Amino acid sequence: MATSESIITRPPQPGIVVWLKKNLFSNWLNTLLTVFSVTVIFLTARGLVNWIFVQADWAPVVQNLRLYAVGPYPAEQMWRVWVIVYMVSAMMGISAAKWGGTVLAFARALGVAYLLLALLPIALEYLGINTRLMLAGNLLAILAGYLAGSRLERRNRLKARWVLLAWLASFGLTILLLGGFQNVAVLPRVESGQWGGLMLTFLLATVGIVASFPIGVLLALGRQSKLPVVKAMCITFIEVVRGVPLVTILFMTSILLPLFLPDTLRIDRVLRAMLGMTLFAAAYMAENVRGGLQSISRGQYEAAHAMGLNNFQTTLLIILPQALRVVIPAIVGQFIALFMDTTLAIIIGLLELLAVGSAILNSNPQWLLLDMEVYAFIALIFWVFTYSMAYASRKVEQAVGLGIR
Amino acid sequence: MPEQKQANQDAIIICREVHKWFDDFHVLKGINMTVQRGEVLVIFGPSGSGKSTFIRTLNRLEDHQKGDIIVDGIELTDDLRNIEAIRSEVGMVFQSFNLFPHLKVIDNITLAPIWVRKWPKEKADKIAIELLERVGIPEQAQKYPGQLSGGQQQRVAIARALAMQPKVMLFDEPTSALDPEMIKEVLDVMKELARSGMTMLVVTHEMGFAREVADRLVFFDGGKIVEEGSPEQIFNQPQQERTKLFLEQIL
Repeated sequence: MATSESIITRPPQPGIVVWLKKNLFSNWLNTLLTVFSVTVIFLTARGLVNWIFVQADWAPVVQNLRLYAVGPYPAEQMWRVWVIVYMVSAMMGISAAKWGGTVLAFARALGVAYLLLALLPIALEYLGINTRLMLAGNLLAILAGYLAGSRLERRNRLKARWVLLAWLASFGLTILLLGGFQNVAVLPRVESGQWGGLMLTFLLATVGIVASFPIGVLLALGRQSKLPVVKAMCITFIEVVRGVPLVTILFMTSILLPLFLPDTLRIDRVLRAMLGMTLFAAAYMAENVRGGLQSISRGQYEAAHAMGLNNFQTTLLIILPQALRVVIPAIVGQFIALFMDTTLAIIIGLLELLAVGSAILNSNPQWLLLDMEVYAFIALIFWVFTYSMAYASRKVEQAVGLGIR
Repeated sequence: MPEQKQANQDAIIICREVHKWFDDFHVLKGINMTVQRGEVLVIFGPSGSGKSTFIRTLNRLEDHQKGDIIVDGIELTDDLRNIEAIRSEVGMVFQSFNLFPHLKVIDNITLAPIWVRKWPKEKADKIAIELLERVGIPEQAQKYPGQLSGGQQQRVAIARALAMQPKVMLFDEPTSALDPEMIKEVLDVMKELARSGMTMLVVTHEMGFAREVADRLVFFDGGKIVEEGSPEQIFNQPQQERTKLFLEQIL
């Protein structure tokens, strides 16, 4: 038996010609569709390449890179932005040393991106030597963070929770650094009305994501609570917010809120937008998390309770880790949506990336017809970041997939 | 009361006239039972007879509406502290294992000792490894439950319950979800446990197991205890017609 089995070998994989014939030209209809599709793809690609390299006038893009990056943030205070960028680069390096894998891949991609930006083939008058050097310097920051992190990691001194705390701290530092203080000469106040561009988009999205996640989890838990008052309050909040468009919520937090609050309690305009986006995202987050909670079988609660764990421990140690893992794709999908929803801040007068784009178009009569170029550029920026998030999500899913039922 | 306490000195579980309803459905109709320390009880009966519900009332996974349940001197009421105190003394093994799929085998076992008993991790790990050796699968400590066979999972579940060093172990049809060739490995672990002097209440239809290690058999039907006695009594001369019929069907 054993000998006859080993004699039978697997038939060879079909060659490329066979594959083509089988998949693309198996009958006259498929052949027709193949020819048609190839033609369409070819014409589209040719048109696109022609437009990008020949027809398009990229002047409104290349001449305003700083505006896209930070909006009207004062030029003499730009060093603050650089400090933040370097801080994030160093943190990426440290995180790469701590977690390796996907984080390391992201740190590398970030480094490559800085290098590409530094080497962008545009005139020096639009992207000066200093800026290019500053961009390339981030490679050193990433590398320095990575080396320092690796040293600590080898001595087992780099705790994951410290790295996460450092990220949170750097986040708070970013806000303080950008805003500055009233009476400090080194760090004069920069009103949030002067924050803009990609920087503001990042800030809005990051605050929305970081803050809406815990609030959403609490709302989802509250919705399942046995306490009727808590439950009713959570359901009311979720259903009211979900029943209202984000635009309306942004209007309410930015225009109505100041009318209700006393004059002494002025909440900053950007902060109000952040508040609105966070509340909005939290309600959707709660529903996503609820889906995960409902996927956990009763046996898990029973087993945890039977061992003497109390409700809090059961939720924290048994239920949430499993529930959140189930809904990672939905949660990341929502983060991506939130990132793109930041563009709605345009309607309450914030100069985020898209608003900067239209402001630039309106600033110069010669550029009025160049909206294709500007919006294509902005779309590309959004795509790069949302695709990175989707990619990271898939990697996280794979990483935590181990041990799933 | 003092005399009664004296009389029940060795009793670890006392149930008096326990009634339970699921909405209008009367599941338990006055259960009286006393379990001595070190006793091995096998509870059997047709499905829907209330036997699983009964042992689930003993650690308050189900509440009862009438009667008293006293476990290790503590009465089961709505008082959460009593419930948590009793649950940490009563181990339970489920039909569907209910291991935590996101935790490694060893972390499944050490979770409750660390969080409820507040043991240091080193101590909990040491005891978990000892328990895994006792149930015969020390080499699986670093795997996830999903990577184990059903029989191995159930043995981990037994080790997990034992890690809290319980005074009583409840088994709710522990072999019903297992393939035939895996039933034996679980029963062997349970037999060893019974011989070590553990107080056990086992809902099962494994009559070979009952004959070998049970001190007492309890036959449930229609939410009542129809008959109870030693294995010889029940197998050789059951008093009730209903018991006789049921045994004929399953043996």
